[in-house]
Amino acid sequence: MAKFKMHMLVCGGTGCRASSSDMLYKNLKKEVQEKGLENEVQVVTTGCFGFCEQGPIVKMIPDNTFYVGVKPEDAIEIVAEHAIKGRKVNRLLYKDPVKKEQIPDSKHMGFYKKQIRIALRNCGLIDPENISEYLALDGYEALGKVLMEMTPEEAIQEVIDSGLRGRGGGGFPTGVKWKIAHDVKGEQKYVVCNADEGDPGAFMDRSILEGDPHSVLEAMTINGYCIGATKGLIYIRAEYPLAIKRLKIAIEQAREYGLLGEDIMGSGFNFDIELRYGAGAFVCGEETALIHSMEGERGEPTFKPPFPAQSGYLGMPTNVNNVETYANIPVIINKGAKWFSSIGTEKSKGTKVFALAGKINNVGLIEVPMGITLREVIFEIGGGIKGGKKFKAVQTGGPSGGCLTEKHLDTPIDYDNLLASGSMMGSGGMIVMDEDDCMVSVAKFYLDFTVEESCGKCSPCRIGNKRLYEILDKITKGQGTMEDLDKLRNLSQVIKDTSLCGLGQTSPNPVLSTLDNFYDEYLAHVTEQKCFAGQCKDLIRYEIIPENCVGCTACARNCPVNCIAGERKQVHLIDQSLCIKCGACMEKCKFNAVTII
Amino acid sequence: MTKIKSLADLKKMKADLQSQIALREKSDNPEGRVQVRVAMATCGIASGAKEVMEFLIDELEKRNIDAIVSQTGCMGYCYAEPTVEVTLPNQDPVVFGYVDKKKADDIIEKYIKTGELLEGIIPVNYEKID
Repeated sequence: MAKFKMHMLVCGGTGCRASSSDMLYKNLKKEVQEKGLENEVQVVTTGCFGFCEQGPIVKMIPDNTFYVGVKPEDAIEIVAEHAIKGRKVNRLLYKDPVKKEQIPDSKHMGFYKKQIRIALRNCGLIDPENISEYLALDGYEALGKVLMEMTPEEAIQEVIDSGLRGRGGGGFPTGVKWKIAHDVKGEQKYVVCNADEGDPGAFMDRSILEGDPHSVLEAMTINGYCIGATKGLIYIRAEYPLAIKRLKIAIEQAREYGLLGEDIMGSGFNFDIELRYGAGAFVCGEETALIHSMEGERGEPTFKPPFPAQSGYLGMPTNVNNVETYANIPVIINKGAKWFSSIGTEKSKGTKVFALAGKINNVGLIEVPMGITLREVIFEIGGGIKGGKKFKAVQTGGPSGGCLTEKHLDTPIDYDNLLASGSMMGSGGMIVMDEDDCMVSVAKFYLDFTVEESCGKCSPCRIGNKRLYEILDKITKGQGTMEDLDKLRNLSQVIKDTSLCGLGQTSPNPVLSTLDNFYDEYLAHVTEQKCFAGQCKDLIRYEIIPENCVGCTACARNCPVNCIAGERKQVHLIDQSLCIKCGACMEKCKFNAVTII
Repeated sequence: MTKIKSLADLKKMKADLQSQIALREKSDNPEGRVQVRVAMATCGIASGAKEVMEFLIDELEKRNIDAIVSQTGCMGYCYAEPTVEVTLPNQDPVVFGYVDKKKADDIIEKYIKTGELLEGIIPVNYEKID
């Protein structure tokens, strides 16, 4: 066996692959071969490192050098300099956005400093298409331990004691859910993995499946043993092709090794897993809708009870957990409930993966202990607001969540605190907004999504959300009235109280939280027809400040509708009747001569 | 492919596979381990740094010493190549010059195992920026 003294870990997540990391991998491999280093340097495609904005990423082991924005043609230099001579390629190192210093290794990067990786433990570390690497890192040991040394009841108790709550958003205690499924009688029980990730901007589950598919397979098998199921199903979006490919490989390898199928590890326990594809409807993340979709019916939710644990897939007892929840299970079994519950807050244990996005310096996937504050996440891990602008709000929980503000920055993040603040954990999208974002437009954006994704089964959601959207649209056009503001609040409350499923019950959250926290903005739109942030096109106009204009013609040259007139070295003028308010003039002007009124 | 038929089978397989990935795990937490850096600039390579590095990797593993061996660029002591910098846990780095296999063996046996200094230590005249 070759003895490698250096490993080059190339990110093979969807984000980095979109920037040609697969070509980079091929080039590195070719260079290593050409230089005769194939027995010394191992080039590996891994899952996501999390720091997606900086991709493609290459991590050099053992010195932990972290190269960012690497292009396929950089392979020659990396091999010649780093692999042969041990010199870092400085131009590819990460530069701190605030201090502007180069940081050579991941250990010293603010982005990684406060993270604890449990669900993402193997992402960016192992080759997800090679079961050997998973096995080398305690893979399937938790399954072995459960099958050989624990009764189903003991294993369930371990999960209950760990305090793990469902990472899909609702936060129901996982172990309790397992116990209910265990206690119900049924001739055939099912284990379902919910990999239908639909929040705008969220990609936690996809990254786990792409980077560490075996951890989910292992956890599902453990779950099967615990509740007495022999069949597992993964409901995954068809638009996650890379995750599907890697899951298929992982299932095949696990079967070959006798870790799935008949008589697993000689224990006499049988369990196998199949994939089911979803067409990508947000509502199918709701467990009853998901089950109907798997049965070939329309993806519509039904009233609970009966809960899936009582009557789920094909009317049989079914346990549904999402990807991130499962990814925690092997670690809980291996390290124990006590270890797991030592991380986090009193009622929310362990860590949570967030997809950090928006107007923030470090965009990417992070895993942090419960109880960390929003301030730490946004300003330390996220590196603060882009362009030195002012923080305005952070949307947590996707379309089901709310917008939190400055006053919430020091609140420890956990299920209960987020709910108390008017938002929720959701599946873990976290979108940061700055002073340039209009909160009415933000609420409208999420409502637009909800209206699109509502299954239409119940009228509060189907009709109510549409009406909410129309009122918001009216307000952003400067046609709203004070009565509309009251209507928004009342209608939101009715939708929350009367919708059939979680989608409808939470869809007004963005409206309610922005009404609570940014009422003055709504008021300005209605009473003064003003949009503070300058985002609502009907309420703003672009003007040129004559004193600042030097007549450079940059604005006129870049205007897509040619509505700016003016000679060189003379003050320019915007024809308001033609202007489409795209903002290109303001963006191109180097003299601050364009303003929004 | 042989199937895994018991927990013991799985553990045995893990033990066999661990060395493949140990380097990645160790690198994630270099503190508390012996860190050895071999200068691998042109002059270092010409003087035999590669062989010294391979020797160090093999021997440290054979002698069960938890160490991370990495290569680095020119340390600036071209006259004394190959040069090797050793950092014991919670101690300042020490640089050894003119390291051949025999001296590398001495470094492991004396400095790394017992902390005893050897002849030919080069005073560190640079500061590392972490």
